[in-house]
Amino acid sequence: MKMITKFWIGIGVLIILSPLGLILPEYFKAGSAWGEWGADEIQKLVGYVPKGLEKLSTLWSSPIPDYAFKGWEEKGLGNLSLSYIFSAIIGILAVVLVAFLLGKFLSRKD
Amino acid sequence: MHIPDGYLGPTTCGFFYIVMLPIWALASKIVKKTLKARQVPLLAIGAAFSFVIMMFNVPIPGGTTGHAVGGVLVAILLGPWAACIAITVALVIQALLFGDGGITAIGANCFNMGFVLPFSGYYIYKVISFNSSVYSARRVIAAGIAGYIALNIAAGLTGFEFGIQPLLHKTLSGKALYCPYGLNAALPAMLGEHLLVFGWVEAIVTALVVKYLQKQSPELLEEREVA
Repeated sequence: MKMITKFWIGIGVLIILSPLGLILPEYFKAGSAWGEWGADEIQKLVGYVPKGLEKLSTLWSSPIPDYAFKGWEEKGLGNLSLSYIFSAIIGILAVVLVAFLLGKFLSRKD
Repeated sequence: MHIPDGYLGPTTCGFFYIVMLPIWALASKIVKKTLKARQVPLLAIGAAFSFVIMMFNVPIPGGTTGHAVGGVLVAILLGPWAACIAITVALVIQALLFGDGGITAIGANCFNMGFVLPFSGYYIYKVISFNSSVYSARRVIAAGIAGYIALNIAAGLTGFEFGIQPLLHKTLSGKALYCPYGLNAALPAMLGEHLLVFGWVEAIVTALVVKYLQKQSPELLEEREVA
């Protein structure tokens, strides 16, 4: 098998395993990454929400915030894991498409 | 390590956009000269790998989470300039589609994870593995050390960027406008957790894949002109 094919299979395996990145932190009760708290977490941590942070943090509303489909947050870890996998697939399709286009545009013919 | 919107003030955000613009331009120019058409799939795989490895949040029990970036591996395989482009693509998609990392912080996030990390990792790997055979154990160790140090340099830099915010921006009453934690809190927090836990993930992943490639596809590890 060609190495490139093996790499793609590796990416596929990582996609399927990706919910581990969601389940393990949940299991070990680990909170958000340092410095990536939402406004409510900041309120708890320092007692107030910095004014500029409050304003800027709502600047962009992404279609799939935190790799979770809207309304799936309350449906439990199973559904969240599924939306995590779908997000990985959507994200990788987008990344691969952009990288291919950039690569085609930038690479030299040989 | 993905800085969200609101944690960095406009000065810092603008500064890193201005710093990244010539880096992106230079990376495009250099990749245009060095990347062969048949390497384009590898560039896409590198971007995809970096994207998905960052979804593997590693917990500190009862504490916070962090993750590897995969950027040192991509730099070893494609050179640091192509790695810069691959990781930038991953970070921009993460910010736009998933709100992972802020729009205003794209410049800073790309500087930390897409520029400093692959470049420092690549050159640490090159220095340690200097002149050794593609099949040598020294390459595996070099890859691991490079992964560990590079992720920590990027984390330390991120901590520094967080930590200078209270110095740059506060209200008249002394309350922070953006990141509320100063250098004394942000720097040890970011560095400590990456030195203790997350840096090892980058190190192990990088070393294991290099070891696998020595057996399976050593030509990918051969030195080539990168700039």
